[in-house]
Order: sequence, then structure tokens, then C-alpha cells
Amino acid sequence: MRYAMVIDTLKCVGCSDCVVACQTENNVPHGYCRDWITEAVSGSYPSVELELRSDRCNHCDNAPCVRCCPTGASHIVEGGIVLVTGDECIGCGACIESCPYDARYQHPDGYVDKCTFCHHRLEKGQLPACVSVCPTKCMYFGDLDNPNSEVFQLLKNRKHKTLAPEAGTKPHVFYLI
Amino acid sequence: MISKDNYKYIYIRKLMKYMVTSRRKFIKISALGLGGLATTSAAFGLFKTNPLLDAAIKENVSKKLYRSATYCEVCFWKCAAWAYTDENNNIKKIIGNDDDPHCNGRLCPRGTGGVGMYSDEDRLKTPLIRTTVNGEQTYREASWDEALDLIASKFKDIKEEYGPESFALLKHGSPGSHLEHLFKAYGSDTIAEPAYAQCRGPRETGFGLTFGSWVGSPEPTDIRDTKCLVLIGSHLGENMHNSQVQEMSDAIDNGATIITVDPRFSTAASKSKHWLPIKPATDIALLLSWMHVLIEEDLYNKKYVEKYTKGFNELKAHVKTFTPEWAYGITTIKPEEIRKTARIMAAAAPSVIVHPGRHVTWYGDDSQRSRAIAMLNGLLGSWGNRGGFYFKEKISIPKYPHPDYPKPKWGWHDLGEQYPFAEMGITSEIIKATIPNEDNKHPIKAWMVAGTNLINTLPQREKTIEAINAVDFLVVIDTMPMEITGYADVVLPECTYLERYDGIRSATNRTPSIAVRVPAVKPKYDSKPAWWISQQIGKRIGLGDYFNYNDFEEVIEWQLNKLGTSLDEMKKIGVKHFDRKSGPLFLKEGQDYEFYTPSGKIEFYSQQLANKGFAPIPVYTAHPQPPQGFYRLNYGRSPMHTFSRTINNPNLSDLKSENMLWVNPKVARILGLKKHQEVWLKNQDDIVSTFSIKVRITERIRWDSVYLYHGFGHNNKKLSRAFGKGISDTELISKTVVDPLMGGTGLRGNFVSILTENPHKNSEL
Repeated sequence: MRYAMVIDTLKCVGCSDCVVACQTENNVPHGYCRDWITEAVSGSYPSVELELRSDRCNHCDNAPCVRCCPTGASHIVEGGIVLVTGDECIGCGACIESCPYDARYQHPDGYVDKCTFCHHRLEKGQLPACVSVCPTKCMYFGDLDNPNSEVFQLLKNRKHKTLAPEAGTKPHVFYLI
Repeated sequence: MISKDNYKYIYIRKLMKYMVTSRRKFIKISALGLGGLATTSAAFGLFKTNPLLDAAIKENVSKKLYRSATYCEVCFWKCAAWAYTDENNNIKKIIGNDDDPHCNGRLCPRGTGGVGMYSDEDRLKTPLIRTTVNGEQTYREASWDEALDLIASKFKDIKEEYGPESFALLKHGSPGSHLEHLFKAYGSDTIAEPAYAQCRGPRETGFGLTFGSWVGSPEPTDIRDTKCLVLIGSHLGENMHNSQVQEMSDAIDNGATIITVDPRFSTAASKSKHWLPIKPATDIALLLSWMHVLIEEDLYNKKYVEKYTKGFNELKAHVKTFTPEWAYGITTIKPEEIRKTARIMAAAAPSVIVHPGRHVTWYGDDSQRSRAIAMLNGLLGSWGNRGGFYFKEKISIPKYPHPDYPKPKWGWHDLGEQYPFAEMGITSEIIKATIPNEDNKHPIKAWMVAGTNLINTLPQREKTIEAINAVDFLVVIDTMPMEITGYADVVLPECTYLERYDGIRSATNRTPSIAVRVPAVKPKYDSKPAWWISQQIGKRIGLGDYFNYNDFEEVIEWQLNKLGTSLDEMKKIGVKHFDRKSGPLFLKEGQDYEFYTPSGKIEFYSQQLANKGFAPIPVYTAHPQPPQGFYRLNYGRSPMHTFSRTINNPNLSDLKSENMLWVNPKVARILGLKKHQEVWLKNQDDIVSTFSIKVRITERIRWDSVYLYHGFGHNNKKLSRAFGKGISDTELISKTVVDPLMGGTGLRGNFVSILTENPHKNSEL
């Protein structure tokens, strides 16, 4: 089993519902976020292009944050989800520095926090909060090892990309373009 | 848009002590170090099979949550939802109801963040009464009894001295309907809401004159099945009209062509196959030219036009000369683009929607522009066809018994009598009738304002304030200390939608459905629901018969029973669907159909307009363009905010706390503006913005316009998060052009210059 998220940039309107849903679902303190919207504009008026996408931890196979964690608080669990054990985290910030996606922040309580793919919801058979709330249904989530899964099929049939491929992290958030 | 930049500074500051090397360098090293190794994480021995869950996860897993049915009140879309509370009665989250056609289980960011309306610590907490201490006006806290007694005495005084009609109600949303009942029982029909003359009124007139039906809310657009969606200045996706945004997304999946006409590269424009970057204020020329192409190239829907429309020959003659070349000179849209897009629409017809838009009070000829949009739909045959407009249906909610309303001597209709096609109260006419004037036949002496922040809603702010200063009595009902509350004699704290019962929501959709709102928690502070406020005032002024219940719950229960359900059932399901009774959603091939127009046909030529001396077919009129050094002030919606009411919401201000001024790079170069530079705006009437705004240099905006999100620039210090953040577009809209058909105020004819020096340097705010 390998969890992956696929985000259709052709449908995302950048409304930030994923951000609020994550904040209320995961008690993210005000002023912090585990996911966010990136807006990339290119070209010049009137030949303009705009990419909107919802960004978060990429749950990399080759996760620099896990490698550099001195205490083992950052770790990977079944399904390839990268998690942080708050109790084991000493807040050194090395993982924050190492992440090419800028996906981690230091929680006011001291530990480092980030997207968990809503691990607690997956255990109950629910989708991550961001995916379940998205009004444009531009976010897909599932098992990439299963050829019948929506995510597998989307990546098989649609043009897509990952972020910062040069970092060699083998990320598991994919963007349809 | 939430961007990582908003947050970065917080943890960058916290991280300073840990930083040993620059970020970019560190990534490079880690990439090199890991790049050539084995591919799975397991190979690194990083895999833990028995993870300890982190604190947040643990907390969430252990928590048992309870849910209550509600429908959202953050905007007017009214999505049905579940409010989740924990065992300590804390509202944890709000999730859309899967059975609701307005949201299909998915709320927008404002709905999801609706919990912030409840938790906002700046809320109004207790009734307040204006008083004078040592010569200074201030508010003192009062009991509900004292405040309501005072209000009741004013109701009596106004009635005795001037008649009940002189007491006006300005309202919005669910609280408004409870107070409307009070006012009608009292004998006043002097009622208006900015949602009409400052927003969607013109399109109801334009479509009403053409099809005989209002567009209404939600718009009956079959976007999910359309082949071609045409948006004229309508920024779906930024306005987050939930089910429409969802359907636009479905349409993208289905390969529909989207055509967007907008001077700004909106989010919708970025999803469009064709974006027509039109010169502002020239839309009618484009619409006429599209009709010209459809008719001259014989592309219009002939069967449909022949069967269902009237006045085609007049229209054909009218648009004869409006060639794409003619329109190019006006709109700056290239003739081949106009032709190409017209042909795409025709190829998709009748599965095509030229969207009526929502906020359409732009240039003063808005009813006529809306009519041109309606007529274009008529030529394409989209009204009543799959992928176009469906025939909507709703359930009418049985009226809870009460005595008949008395008949007022005059009301909103008389105030707007010079606008023959006005079908609701015109806010600006209420203001006019409130400002003392010898010619005023119907002077207004008192106002109640409920759920609408008139200061940030109405144009010509100084007129609003002049009217406020003229009234004998002003009572404001709101959940938040909005600017309007600061002008009130009495302020009443309403509880939020999460803390009260409200009327049953009857949805106008493909199939009829109802939704209920049940309190998820008890009202916080000393706040009360509007139905209770209305009832308490009613009882005090001898109108108890109109409020014959102890609790509004009884009213809903009675109505639900009449509809064949019960409050118990509705608490469990939240939304209930009913079968259609009005016939099929769409016209059948060759079906006879009578439209609700005088002729029973779709009217290309409007005798109604001709009779009143207006153009029976829309004409293009040139509107002023910005003079040298000025830019057209355009404004719109941010997807995470509604009007000015959510800017202080802790969850939503977290997403976007201030607006920015969109400026084209060419303009920035000429003016020497830098990214995020603080500037002030000054309009054509020398009105200077109270606060500053940061510059956003972007290719998404034309060089003749600037753009900002509406609703920001609050000047009430009691709104601790919203105060002083960004600029209010409303305060710079001092010029309006009034729609002669229905009294709508065109708001997009204001021009601003950009000031780089603080104009308030020497004055204290």
C-alpha cells in the first residue's frame, strides 16, 4: 500500500477551503497551517497563465526530514505517510530546514507539525479532511499500489508533475496539469 | 489567497536560532546525498511499524462529537450542514450535508470557517444604549428589558407622530425575515435590502422582461451538463457560490468550453478556453455583436426562436450594423475572437449558458445589459434546455397562522415609483427619503438595520451618514460590532446562526428540498435570536397575536408537520427532498410553453419597455473612461470572505487578513511602484482612502484599471483583526449611475489615482 494525493490544477480555484478544513479538523493554531494555496502567474497581459494548487507535505519516499531527524520523531508509517511523534520531537528544526516543500512548522507547544494525510481519518476509513471538503473535487486520494484506484488511473491517463523533482525526494503528491 | 508567505515570518522568527546554513544550500546537499540510493523508504530503515500518534492525532481520535443540523449563514447560498460539537459543547467543525443540493456535502471555506462567527471574541455581547457622559456620547450596557422597552416606545412614538410607514427596515439574510414580519404587522412596508439595488436587481429586471421569470437564487443554470459556459464579469470560483463552483468543476471534467469576458484575468478566466480581456464598461457592444454574428451567419437556434420568441425581426434589424469590427473599436476584442466565440456558442446550443452573473450593478444601464444577456440565451435556445437553464421548483412553506397585515398608506413601492421596473425596495431611495427635503412626500424618521453593514455596503457613504444623522431613532441588530452599530441609538446583539432556530430553508433547485437550522449550542454572551427580538418588540407594542408561540421551534414543528415531516426527523436528516410537481426540468421537443411575459413568448422586442419610453432592444452607450493619471476602480470577491462581514472572523482572517491593490506591471513601472509598497487611493471626487493598501504587481489586471477585494478597510476599532487592514472600495464609490429601469446603483464608474505619500500624515485618525 502506498498512499498518494493527486491534485487537479485545472480545477482548483484556490479558495483555501482545504486550509480551513485542515485547521478545524486538526486543531491547527491560528496563524499556522499544514496546507496552503500556491498561485503561480506567468506570461504578460493579455497572454497570461495561472496555476492554482493546494500544497502540503509531499510524504516523500526519500524524505530528507526523516533522515535528518536526530531523535526519530519524524518517521514513516505504513502507506508511506510521514509523521512526527510530538513527544519525541525536541523542536530542533532540522526537518523544517531540510524540507524542499516548506511543509513543516513549529507548533507553539514546541514540537514540529505538518500534514499527516489525516492519518486518524484514514484509520476510520475517511478521506483526508482537505480532500473531503474541496468544493471543486480537484483533490484525489488513494493507494497508488492499487491499479484500480482513482489516483493510479489519473496518473496513468493524465499529464502530471511533482514539485521539486530535482531534490530527489520521491514525493507522493502529484499535480495534474 | 493563503500563501505560505503569510505564515513564514512566524516560524522563520522562531527558527533563527536553529539556522546554521542557508535553506537553498541545505536542500542541494540532501538531494545529492540521497539521490543515488535505493528507491523505497523501507530501504533506509526509516519505516516504523508501530507509530506513536502525535498529540493532535491522539486528541482527535479520542474525541466523541455530536452533530446538529443547520444551514450556513455566512453568505446567501445557505448550504445545509452539520455543526459538530464535543462533550463540552465546543463547536469543533462544520461539515456540509451530503444530501444538500447547495453543497453536496462540501462547504466552501467560509462555511467551513463559519465556526469563527461563533468563536469571535469581538462579538456584540449585550444590548447597548447610546448615552452622554460628561458631554461625550458613549454606549452603556443595558438589560434586554430596558433596550426592548425603549425600542417599543419608539415604535409607538413614530406610529403616533408620523405613521408606521415612517419606520424603515433595512435588512439582509435570515434575521431580516423575522423582522420583516414585525414591520408588516406594525404597518410598515418601508423595507429594502442592498442585495437588490446594489447587487442583483438589474438581472432580475433584464431576465424578467425577456423570459418573464426572475433568475433568483441559486441561479437555475445547468452548468454540470453544459457544453459551453459564458461568464461576463462573473468570477465563479472567486465568488464561491458553492454548487455553481462545483458544477463548473464538473463541466471542466466533461470538457465544456468556458468563455470568460473580464478585464481581469480572473480565476475563471484561467480555466477558460477563451478569455476576452474586454475594455471595462463596453460589454453591451460585445453582446450586440455576438447577436449580430449569430443572426448574420444564420447560427441562431431557428426552431426555438420561431416557436418561443417574439420580435426577432426587430432584433435582426437592430443588430444589423453591430459587426465585430464595430465592436472591436469599442471593446478592444478582436473581430475574429468575437466571431469564433459566437460560433462556439452556436455549436454548443442549446447546451450553452450565458450566465446572468450576480453582482451586476456596474454602469447604470445594467438591466439593459442583463436583458442583452437574456436575449443572447434566447437566440441560442438555452432557456429550458439541458445544459442551459432548467425550470426550477421550490416547496412553499405553509404560513404559520397570524392575523392579516394592516395595509400601509405607502411603502417601498411609492419611494421607487420613478423606476417602473423596480420589484423590491431600493435602499438608496430610502436614504433619499430619510434626508430632510421639502419635496419629500414620504419622510422616513426611524430605521432598523438588521444583518447588513450599510456603511460598507452602500455607495456614497456621506449620504448614508447624512441620513443616519437625520433619523430620530436607529436600532441596529447584528452579531458583530460592524461600523453601522456605531451610529445606533440602541444596539442589539444577535446570536449567530449556530446558536438559533430560523425559518425553514426552501431551496429553488432542480428538485424542491427543505433544510432546517437547529441550535448547535446555547447563545454565547447575552445574545438572542432575531425571532425572539422580533417577538419581544411585537408583544410590547400590542402585536402579540402575530407572535403566537413560546419558541420558534413550535413554528417550525407546525410547518414541518404540514409538509409531512417533523422536527425530530429533520434533526436527523437535515435536508428533505420532495418530488417535482411543476412538470419536467426541460422542454420536450416541440413542446408548447407559455412564458410569463405579456405575450407569453420570450420577448426580443419589449413592448413593456417601449410603453415606458425605454429602448425596447438594448443599445450600447459609451461610458466615461478614466482620465490621465486615474484608473478604473474594480472590485470583487475573495473566495474566503463574504461582503465585509467575515473579515474579522478568526478562521477566515487567518486565510486573508487584508486586501491588496492589483496593478499592471506597466502602471507600476510608470508610477515607480514596488511590490508590497504601501499606497493610498484618491478618487475623482477627492475622497482619499482612510487606510493604506499594499501593491500587488500582476499581469492579471489591465493597465486602465486597478482591482481590490471587497469588504476590507474596516474603521471600527472594536473589530480587532479587521481594523485598518486594507482599503474599503465602498468608501471610494462616491459616484453612482442609477439604472432608470429599476433604480440599481451602478458602482463601477469610479476612478482612482494612486498616492505614494501618506495623505493623513499631519492629521490624526
